[in-house]
Amino acid sequence: MNYRLGRRGLLRGLAFGAFTALLGCDRAGRSPSFREWVLASGERLAYRLHRLIGSNSLAREYEPSQLSPIFRANGNTTARSADYQAHVSEGFSNWRLKVDGLVKRPGDFSLAQLRAYPARTQITRHDCVEGWSAIGQWTGVPLATLLEEVELRDEARYIVFHCADDFRGRPYYESIDLIDAFHPQTLLAYGMNGGDLPTAHGAPIRLRVERQLGYKHAKFVMRIEAVASLSEIGRGRGGYWEDVGFYDWYAGI
Amino acid sequence: MLMSGLMIFNAHPRLYWGEYGANPDPAWLEIGSKGREGYLRVADIRMTTTGTLGLWKDSRGRLNSRAFPDWATIPSTYSLALSRRWHLTFAWLFAVGVGVYGLWSLMNGHFRRDLLPRLSELSPAHLWRDIKRHATLNFPKGAAALSYNTLQKLSYIGVFLMLTVLVLTGLTMSPAVDAIWPWLLDLFGGRQSARSIHFIAAVSMVLFLVVHLLMVLLAGPVNEIRSMITGRFRLREEDSQ
Repeated sequence: MNYRLGRRGLLRGLAFGAFTALLGCDRAGRSPSFREWVLASGERLAYRLHRLIGSNSLAREYEPSQLSPIFRANGNTTARSADYQAHVSEGFSNWRLKVDGLVKRPGDFSLAQLRAYPARTQITRHDCVEGWSAIGQWTGVPLATLLEEVELRDEARYIVFHCADDFRGRPYYESIDLIDAFHPQTLLAYGMNGGDLPTAHGAPIRLRVERQLGYKHAKFVMRIEAVASLSEIGRGRGGYWEDVGFYDWYAGI
Repeated sequence: MLMSGLMIFNAHPRLYWGEYGANPDPAWLEIGSKGREGYLRVADIRMTTTGTLGLWKDSRGRLNSRAFPDWATIPSTYSLALSRRWHLTFAWLFAVGVGVYGLWSLMNGHFRRDLLPRLSELSPAHLWRDIKRHATLNFPKGAAALSYNTLQKLSYIGVFLMLTVLVLTGLTMSPAVDAIWPWLLDLFGGRQSARSIHFIAAVSMVLFLVVHLLMVLLAGPVNEIRSMITGRFRLREEDSQ
């Protein structure tokens, strides 16, 4: 008899416990302080640990035989602005990449100038935050080359990428730290799978930051800015999805 | 971990083998909807799962076409970003817990003494007898109830293995960890394989949990749970004669 009561009580207890725990999770997730202080701790720990034990590690590079037959184009597949559309119709001949902010020699770079630097080609895996992966070949100028050209000032801590595309009028942007910015596999890619970078994949140039998830790989990059803090840009979280959703700024996991 | 994981799965409800895998590539498992029908497809087998998977009504009665329903996910409304935060924060506790438990059990002999089956226990006759006893709910009595039987030993070793696999395949899905420990990719045959194995291991843990809870309930929950926590297991008077 005792056992029966115990069993029923236990079942009821478990069901009640699970139910309240779930309600609790939904409520806790809606609280901004819980979200930022408790739930973001996984990202903060991962960022610190990855920087501690592997800041120079290289992402795996693959063989041409391992390329995805079709590389899924995700996010915006073009930029709607008249300015960008004009560049497309001109074949980006009048397009200039602006590099400014906390740099000693701010400058403008044409696509031909970027192509004139020593290029790097790499076959890497692109991992989307949603879970899928695609392998593609990227050709471009290492971001480090460009940053050495303009020379960062001592206060610079982050590199921000301002893009031509937008979501409901809010421009896309992304940012990375200087360890990723000077990483040898971090490229401003103008070529993909042996051809020019297609519009759907961010023509004329997109960022490749191989040890992070897809949303960090800003497409349609128009301007690169070196900053000391991310708080003055957008809503201050370092990127479009970081600002409007709760995507983590560090996307190495 | 499970429920936030199901929400992450909802963001891309397809599983692949190999290094890459996205919508244009063939998926071995898919949850989706077509018209007014929700379905689960595993390889060539397609099951209609309307109401539970692929197409279901949420708590307000609205129709949803996400893979797993609101009662199975954290948070209950679609948010990849928040479910990732839950998952990737509690993953630290999970991984550290599995690691500490594993090391501790290796060092204090719990694995060797209590969990590793003896050779004689692995004979087909012995295993068959154990299976029959479980199937007929004929639980061990007397001194035999104090140690794990062979099926228990095998399942607990399997569980520990699965927990380890969950941690390692989870790590393999991180592009930064792959750069630090590229051997993980070779161990599991690529990132998408790791994602598939992660899912399979999670499902197998759910199945284990169902059977485990059922067995605890059938074997006498008060005594069993007390013994799990305190180590004191009371033999019934009539058994211990």
